Amino acid sequence: MPGFDFSNYNRNAALHARGVPLPKATSTGTTIVGCIYDGGVVIAADTRATSGPIVADKNCEKLHFIAPNIWCAGAGTAADTEFTTALISSQLELHSLSTGRKPRVVTCMTMLKQHLFRYQGHIGAYLVVAGVDPTGTHLFTVHAHGSTDKLPYVTMGSGSLAAMSVFETQWKPQLNKEEAMKLCSQAIEAGIWNDLGSGSNVDLAVITPEKTTLHRGFVKPNERTQKLKSYKFKRGTTAVLNEKVIKKEEMGNYISVVELAEETPASGDKMEVDT
Amino acid sequence: MAAMFSQNPLMNGPNYSFNDAPRTAAPEGARQHRFDPYTDNGGSTLAIAGADFTIMAGDTRLTSGYSINSRYHPKLFKIGGTTADQKDATIVLSVVGFAADGEALKERLDAICKMYRYRHGKPMSVKACAQRLSTILYQKRFFPYYVYAILGGLDEEGKGAVYSYDPVGSYEREQCRAGGAAASLIMPFLDNQVNFKNQYEPGSGVGHALQERERKPLTRSEGEVLVKDAFDGAVERHIEVGDGLQMMVITKDGIEEVLLPLKKD
Repeated sequence: MPGFDFSNYNRNAALHARGVPLPKATSTGTTIVGCIYDGGVVIAADTRATSGPIVADKNCEKLHFIAPNIWCAGAGTAADTEFTTALISSQLELHSLSTGRKPRVVTCMTMLKQHLFRYQGHIGAYLVVAGVDPTGTHLFTVHAHGSTDKLPYVTMGSGSLAAMSVFETQWKPQLNKEEAMKLCSQAIEAGIWNDLGSGSNVDLAVITPEKTTLHRGFVKPNERTQKLKSYKFKRGTTAVLNEKVIKKEEMGNYISVVELAEETPASGDKMEVDT
Repeated sequence: MAAMFSQNPLMNGPNYSFNDAPRTAAPEGARQHRFDPYTDNGGSTLAIAGADFTIMAGDTRLTSGYSINSRYHPKLFKIGGTTADQKDATIVLSVVGFAADGEALKERLDAICKMYRYRHGKPMSVKACAQRLSTILYQKRFFPYYVYAILGGLDEEGKGAVYSYDPVGSYEREQCRAGGAAASLIMPFLDNQVNFKNQYEPGSGVGHALQERERKPLTRSEGEVLVKDAFDGAVERHIEVGDGLQMMVITKDGIEEVLLPLKKD
């Protein structure tokens, strides 16, 4: 396994011993849930990412791709959930290619737990693993220290108690797809309203033997309120202390310019900007 | 290599920019007893002084950690009225930080204002009340009221007055002030929109000769719009701010109270 770079370890340990605090990682103080139904499995997540009490991202993606039939909801340190799921996704693809079989959810779960256990909880990834494979429909939770659970409905993250209260009052065996989607979405909403670490929208994925459907922004109960005033400044409001104009023809003196054949549109969601 | 990172590194002149005194660990078996009487209950407050009015505002969410304890817990209190419902009060106190201390501080200041009225036969001026609040806070210098207080009212000339405090009583009269969790988000907005900081008159000069945009007093409706927009912005980016916006406008005719909804996530 390509490993982590520990070359700054001694320096950082010395600094830390002298009272320098650790840098703050973006944590997805989160609500994530999963629920099995007759014919598949649903997982859902909120979309708030926080850094301390500040909202770092109002609409982040916490539903991660592992394989076409296996998806993962992640809570904990944002970078850890992102990289751990990407790493296992890659390994699972190679595994599937070498065995010539479709990847299994238990395989994914086992690889995740073995990876996380090796790092003794220092990789702060808390995951809900769900999927459908030739052996059936599966739903697991994996904790950062490497423990796992297999249950018909699961919740994780700082909003897990709020979400679980919904499951514990509403869940019943033999749900259909619509009921499972509604239940998961309500569980996430419980987290959005009652847990400060969770907020904004509900993302939801439905995995069936046939296909996976990702509903990005399944519910959007927190649209931004309209500002009462326009905060457009008159041109020239900002002080310009000095000015230097570089003509396009002279640009080559400062940077190397390569003309691209065709402009490729940027992928991902457009950022919310003031008009 | 080992010497470089030992507990006593060689100190030949300036080395680290931080305090390098070694942290001594507690002796084996020693147990430290802790007393943690304070909680941070989050939330934010805001006050703007106008020509003949003062706007005081605060959100109504009460939190501890990642939990919401209440979606309606006022941070604004009318001070020094003659009755329990504070109908005839002319001063407003806003407190943010530790809610229990805020409540206690409000009770203390209100009782003192009432005593003043009975003894002197007239209500306390904002100036006097502001000085007294500072004294109350400093009296608890070594076990402070863990609150950021803002006092608002009208001065002797009828102009809007805002006094802001730190937890141990340092205070100052200001045009506007934001306090609490989202103060660092709201205050720069206020500097720019109330005092027109970093704004220049377009075309008025070149470089440093540029004229600053002239300050002009806000109207009441302009102030109220700024307050609402400030809180809507804070709600978007601070998890401890939300649920409701309580606003009190102090004029010569008394205190008007408005309650507006904020996002609840």
